[in-house]
Amino acid sequence: MGFDQFLFFVFAGVAVLGSLLVIGQRNPIYSVLALIVAFFGLSGLYVLLEAPFVAVVQIIIYAGAIMVLFLFTVMLLNVPREDAAEWDRAHPYYRPWALRVGTALAVVMALQLGWALSRTPGLGVGVADERPAISSVAELGRVLFTDYMFAFEVTSILIIVAMVGAVALARKRES
Amino acid sequence: MAIGYYLVLSGLLFAIGAAGVFLRRNIITLLLSVEIMLNAVNLAFVAFGRQLGTVDGQIITFFVMTVAAAEAAVGLALVIGLFRHRESLNPEAFTSLKW
Amino acid sequence: MLDWLTAPQTIFFLSVTMVVFLALQISAAVMVYAERKVAAFMQQRYGPYLVGPKGLLQPIADIVKLVFKEELKPKAADTLLFAAAPVISAIAAFTAFAPVPFGAATTFFGLLPEPMPLMVADINVAVLVIFAVTSMGVYGIVLAGWSSNSKYSLLGGLRSSAQMISYELAYGMSLATIVMLAGSLSLREIVDAQQGYWLGFIPKWYAFINPISFLIFTTAGIAETNRAPFDFPEAEQELVAGYHTEYSSMRFALFFLAEYINMVTVAAVATNLFLGGWHGPFIPEAYGWIWFLIKLSVLCFGYLWLRWTLPRFRYDQLMGFGWKLLLPAATINLLVSAAGVLYFGL
Repeated sequence: MGFDQFLFFVFAGVAVLGSLLVIGQRNPIYSVLALIVAFFGLSGLYVLLEAPFVAVVQIIIYAGAIMVLFLFTVMLLNVPREDAAEWDRAHPYYRPWALRVGTALAVVMALQLGWALSRTPGLGVGVADERPAISSVAELGRVLFTDYMFAFEVTSILIIVAMVGAVALARKRES
Repeated sequence: MAIGYYLVLSGLLFAIGAAGVFLRRNIITLLLSVEIMLNAVNLAFVAFGRQLGTVDGQIITFFVMTVAAAEAAVGLALVIGLFRHRESLNPEAFTSLKW
Repeated sequence: MLDWLTAPQTIFFLSVTMVVFLALQISAAVMVYAERKVAAFMQQRYGPYLVGPKGLLQPIADIVKLVFKEELKPKAADTLLFAAAPVISAIAAFTAFAPVPFGAATTFFGLLPEPMPLMVADINVAVLVIFAVTSMGVYGIVLAGWSSNSKYSLLGGLRSSAQMISYELAYGMSLATIVMLAGSLSLREIVDAQQGYWLGFIPKWYAFINPISFLIFTTAGIAETNRAPFDFPEAEQELVAGYHTEYSSMRFALFFLAEYINMVTVAAVATNLFLGGWHGPFIPEAYGWIWFLIKLSVLCFGYLWLRWTLPRFRYDQLMGFGWKLLLPAATINLLVSAAGVLYFGL
């Protein structure tokens, strides 16, 4: 096993364990922190995929901005841990039919996914085997501001709308 | 590293996120689960982009990140608004429109 | 098999890493001493003078005191996060210095086969990495505020996270301006782009080409490191000690260390981005780190000077200043510089 493969499994493990912790326990603060850890794992994977810019942007935007926003909200609301009794009552495991149907659907989906993957050719081809990586930021910028110009501008409108929406929603009504 | 590993990992993360949306009873954790799913997709994009030797995979990642940021901002504003009304973050508490 | 371990490059890399690690700690000690001496000078008193000649051993006395203090933890605190917060702060502070170059490439008196840059990690997206790592520092402060389970700490943590997010935008914009001017994200290349002189004596520093960016960067840098006049997270008159109210002993020392190292890092990054890094007259290129240290010290002194001269802002003024003045200024500056690069090839 090469060093790269070893790193892949380390980062993949961090990402999966972090994600599991996000949904696996009830304290929202720990969920947010576990997700940050998972993002670091993903960022490592991007480095392995020779996309250093994406890796750093992942940390800056996700871990540095979005997650701070989440943490800020959790602290601001002083969100309690999920109430265990309420959780038990609402939990799908305590609704037999939901559980059975859900499990059946999940099994079908997993089978289909496995079947589809097993029939897909070229899964064993290494990501780095066929073509050289483009990791230069200059090339990235060139494509982003030429081929994807329209999408880029639309994104800026999206952000403005989101900003206005967030302010309008979170503002206290004067009355 | 074979592309298959990345796809399986991406699928796994997506499944974890989806499971979170179904299982958790806390709006903030639900939003976090959605973020996991978005990231799972990002990983697949970047892996495919690497294999095809183009930058498109990386660029789509930026758009997904922007959407995630917008979603988090609006989502959290909604959460704050909801919390003011009901003092709870359990989605089951917001069923006034259900009949 | 272990040849690479004894290769000159590896040894050089390891020694540079160790030197940076130790130098950062020492710099924190020096800054503490300098802070007290400068404060004393500005308030016309002596400052520390009993321990060692001119009080030079005062930092060591401080460290000894901190180590032997009792470790306190509030009963209702979140044990894990309470312990993790100062560690996160310190790790982020140390890591942020890794991609910062502090001297010209050197063969180290011919011991190395090829010249290696004087830095821990030569990353081609260094500017962004520094930005990312410094933005991790906010977690230490926020978690400290939350996990202490104390009102003052929580308020300090909330203020700090709001402040850091607000000022990060202006900070990033001023970084982007310089990245655009230099056409590179690597700090080493940005420094090299500032070589040379106009009219034979004015150095081609970005601080002269784009002074607005320099001002915005230093202002936002002070806010990012929570220094006066933006030291809200620890405004003692309002919040006792802010996010580290409940901390004592070594955990407090880690926060203290992180604060001073962050200061040094911001000053070092500013030196590289705006003041031409290790380039300067009179001193041969190989000893460029001397120039780097001189510029760094001047900036650090500026930090102390500001702290003991300016009164603290009011909190709403601080947020208003960041969002309504600094961010628009940074954005306009970015656009103007972009036009300059495009049409005049600056």
